Amino acid sequence: MITILYFASIKEKLGLAKETMELPSDVGQADALLAYLHARGSQWADALAVRPELKIAINQSISTLNAAIKDGDEIAFFPPVTGG
Amino acid sequence: MPVRIQREDFDIGVETRAIRDGNPNVGAIASFVGLVRDMNNGASVVEMTLEHYPGMAENALEEITSQAKARWNVIDTLVIHRYGTLRPMDQIVLVIVAGSHRADAFNACQFIMDYLKTNAPFWKKESSAEGSYWVGARESDAIAAERWKPAPGE
Repeated sequence: MITILYFASIKEKLGLAKETMELPSDVGQADALLAYLHARGSQWADALAVRPELKIAINQSISTLNAAIKDGDEIAFFPPVTGG
Repeated sequence: MPVRIQREDFDIGVETRAIRDGNPNVGAIASFVGLVRDMNNGASVVEMTLEHYPGMAENALEEITSQAKARWNVIDTLVIHRYGTLRPMDQIVLVIVAGSHRADAFNACQFIMDYLKTNAPFWKKESSAEGSYWVGARESDAIAAERWKPAPGE
């Protein structure tokens, strides 16, 4: 199982903060997971189309789209941060 | 190097005294307080909601303060960041750096804020008379963080 978290505008557009699912067998990297989520439909593609750039954290560390994903990981998608 | 993420307000006087107490080698304290403004990009802000990624936000702030301590002669630091619903004039964030001398304290305080702005997982949503919108990342914040690179050892 993997856990996926969504924050800020993405969470709001999806109406979803968190989900858990079996890691799809053909998903080995973050970009493949993103493509898998996009394929769920236009609402997903729209919510994940963050400008200027979608951010990804794997196990609470900032990561990149070519990073590997394995069973048990916590993956978070969010817009650029705006705290402070 | 404490880090606190909380809904409640903070008192800079109380926190400054706490960081000084029992530390006779502290010769300089630099601090920064970020506040909610009533105007942003021409819109009148009525309310702001701050969201964060629990766990990762604490880790990010701890990592940033560790970097500051590795880079400058810093005795202690404190970072408090609030979340939840805030209004104009409310306090958002506090950074306190205690050091032996002012240059290290000033630099470390500014570094922590600049890196917090670009690396810590917090997001602001503002509400105005025209509606609610998520605040976009600012190019000026990215430039402010960029000038501290490279970190030592890189």
